[in-house]
Amino acid sequence: MKELAELALDTAKKGGASYVDIRLVRVRKEALSVKNGNIEVIGDSFDQGFGIRSLFNGSFGFAASYELKPEKVIEMARLSVEIAKASALVKGDDVILADIEPKVAEYRTPFKVDPFDIALENKLETLLGLNERIRGFAGINIASASLRFVRKEQIFASSEGAFIEQTIMMSGAGMEAIAIGGGEMQIRSYPNSHGGQFITGGYELVDALAFEDNAERLAKEAVALLAAKECPSTRTDLILGGSQLALQIHESIGHPAELDRALGTEASFAGMSFLTPDKLGKYKVGSPLVNIVADATAERGLGTFGYDDEGVRASRFDLVKEGLFTGYLNSRETAAALGQKPNGSMRADGWSRAPLIRMTNVSLLPGETSLDELIGDTKDGILMDTNRSWSIDDKRLNFQFATEIAWRIENGRLTEMLKNPNYTGKTPFFWGSCDAITDNSSWLIWATPNCGKGEPMQVIETGHGASPARFKDIEIGVGK
Amino acid sequence: MIADSSIEKIFDFIMRLSKADQTEALLFAGSSSLTRFANNRIHQNMNEEGVRLSIRAIVVGQTGSASTNDLSEDSIGRLVEAANKMAKISPKDPGFLTLPAPLAHTGSAPFSARTAAFSPFERAEGVKLMVERAKESSLVAAGAFAVQEAKIAVANSLGLIKTASLTDAKISTVFTSKSSSGYADAYGFAAEELSPGRLADQAAQKAWLSQDPAELAPGRYTVILEPAAVADMISHLAFCGFGALSFQEKRSFLNDRMGKRIVGPNVTVYDDALDDKTLGLPFDYEGVPKKRVVLIDKGVASGLVYDSYTATKDGVSSTGHGLPAPNPYGPQAQNLFLEGGDSSFAEMISRAKRAILVTRFHYTNIEDPLKTIMTGMTRDGTFLVEDGQIKQGIKNLRFTQSILEALSNVSSISAETELKETFLGCCTAPSLVVEDFNFTGKTEF
Repeated sequence: MKELAELALDTAKKGGASYVDIRLVRVRKEALSVKNGNIEVIGDSFDQGFGIRSLFNGSFGFAASYELKPEKVIEMARLSVEIAKASALVKGDDVILADIEPKVAEYRTPFKVDPFDIALENKLETLLGLNERIRGFAGINIASASLRFVRKEQIFASSEGAFIEQTIMMSGAGMEAIAIGGGEMQIRSYPNSHGGQFITGGYELVDALAFEDNAERLAKEAVALLAAKECPSTRTDLILGGSQLALQIHESIGHPAELDRALGTEASFAGMSFLTPDKLGKYKVGSPLVNIVADATAERGLGTFGYDDEGVRASRFDLVKEGLFTGYLNSRETAAALGQKPNGSMRADGWSRAPLIRMTNVSLLPGETSLDELIGDTKDGILMDTNRSWSIDDKRLNFQFATEIAWRIENGRLTEMLKNPNYTGKTPFFWGSCDAITDNSSWLIWATPNCGKGEPMQVIETGHGASPARFKDIEIGVGK
Repeated sequence: MIADSSIEKIFDFIMRLSKADQTEALLFAGSSSLTRFANNRIHQNMNEEGVRLSIRAIVVGQTGSASTNDLSEDSIGRLVEAANKMAKISPKDPGFLTLPAPLAHTGSAPFSARTAAFSPFERAEGVKLMVERAKESSLVAAGAFAVQEAKIAVANSLGLIKTASLTDAKISTVFTSKSSSGYADAYGFAAEELSPGRLADQAAQKAWLSQDPAELAPGRYTVILEPAAVADMISHLAFCGFGALSFQEKRSFLNDRMGKRIVGPNVTVYDDALDDKTLGLPFDYEGVPKKRVVLIDKGVASGLVYDSYTATKDGVSSTGHGLPAPNPYGPQAQNLFLEGGDSSFAEMISRAKRAILVTRFHYTNIEDPLKTIMTGMTRDGTFLVEDGQIKQGIKNLRFTQSILEALSNVSSISAETELKETFLGCCTAPSLVVEDFNFTGKTEF
């Protein structure tokens, strides 16, 4: 592999590239899911290849192939330079890469149990057992459970002398109960929707999630939702559960804090950002309670790694400090444009894509009150949990989320269950209305395993630490 | 590009090696290139050569699958072994009877040799033209010019073998001013026919017209939806239940409604991969010939799309809408059509007393699939139309709207249709006038 990397760097440099990097990637994935006692997915996949990024005359070109052969590496290295030359036909200012110290390093995800060492039979038995427990509950139409495991091995080498080997292990698990009746379909997921919970780590996740203890509750809630009252259309105080708050952070703080969006390079597809560079260090995006960090070093976070795909070491830094917008996720190119230091936020979806600025683990730091205290302190409100639908405008201001379940809060107590809840708002007003965040005891790094961005589409794994929090005077029950 | 003879050798090797009762092999190969531009310059530019070989093995009704992009004999041997092993340990699915037997198909996938050979310099020339037009108009251009060539081959142990080659290309662009933006796109099988100059003119016109947008209060309005917005809405409707699996699991909006009127009598929706106006394969990923399926016939729920698994369950024939295995989503309509009407876009504008013109939707998502309630934003060209004229740009609005209700309130359909790429595949759609469209929120731009 090292020889192939050196061949790529040498070939592109001989072709006139002022900077070159290559990533050689091998990925093994295993996915299992069962639905109503039948196998829905049982699949093993293997993927390998390399991608070469060359800078020529101040413009980038990228070429990638699945064939790990010297002759193909030479062809793609030359092609990456040719593509860069084509890019230079429509260029603005030259691309300048902020300086970094090239690293020779190795990183491996720490884990206790290698998921690929667990027999498939055992994994299937676990899923089928869970599935049966949910399915056996009267009123459940669809029961499903799934496991997903990924091992990604990567070598990054650059013409500046970096050579970094990484092995990232990811594990995920979830289950779902669906009840259908009276023209309604109600879903409950555990521990989260969108496939469950995911970590960088091993099979130990599956035991830690205590699926057996939650199967019956999940099924009961799905059935009960069919008969529950409709979420009212009103304005009220809203408590968001941790997993829903995680997606709220992802969509309304994480994406707008990506510096490529803020500088306009995603304008035609994903969109831009209301957090424009003139607001950096000056703009109140939330109440003084709101502290949000990006932390690619967080233990077990799905957005945790050793080095990003430009060879920049993973780091932790503030995006929002006591409500003030203080930082961006950046790349070497965008960091140079704003005179910043690269903070290790560039990642690619596999070997065939050029890296983009991506969220790592973007987390809301915990507060000081317990969840029981927060509910007890709420006279009239709603608690919503577990995401069902999400949408936000292309500058990340106006959002609307629907959740699987809600409960009315009256005089400090959870009372009745409510179905079909949703809420809407505008990002700075919403975060500005945050008046309480619960403490460490309910804080967890939730996962968003399917964050999409870029053209061609790149799907990447991110994490979001969150504990339930309260927001004042929020519009709920939209479109009822 | 991998030769047909090499694919046949790989398939033959797999069928000889596999000990399963039935075996299916599916191969994708191709190259894709994409030039992205923003701030009036190219900022990303890539080419990828890829391949994926997947195997589905069946042992007494038990299924296993595995895939790789390493086409060495050793790797394929491991792949066959893995799929066979997974099949053996899987519980038997009583719903599975057999892989499809070979059937002759008609038609071919659209292919342009010129597009297959399109160079990064030709893409850059197209982008250059758009950027120059933007600069001439004091606007800023962003977008992408994508070109792909692909080969798809499928075989199974019942003697089925199918191969198709296709190309596709897309230009999308957003021109922005300080207070506005305008979108245009073109999608087709031939990159050389996409006309970047025409798209630049469209995007520039929308960006200019929508400058200094006014603010409109949310509420129910008559809307004129351009084809990009209509295609997005129809694709989300399809995902809510045109596939037989969702119907069999009772999570389709069509459950208990088949044969009944569900939308206005002027609305007909169908899927037809063989129509010249779409980009489709002549067979699905199981090798079954594609059939035209009418899904909504003059407002009446009339059909579903099937793969071989769901067809067996309902005792019907597959319509050729299977996705690659393993497929948790079931069959999908990937070449949708909303039938054109007898109006024109110009007439829609000229006849509007007061309406909101929507260029495209952004971040549409389904809140309730049985009630087909979607939410999303307008984007890149939203206008107030009054007394037959586009009056001015307006700030973008959020909608929370049942799709079936919207399609029950269609008062006019254009005869012209456009092919749009969607998250499901593609949709050929006209412009629509929809009454009482429900806008529930607004944003600041």
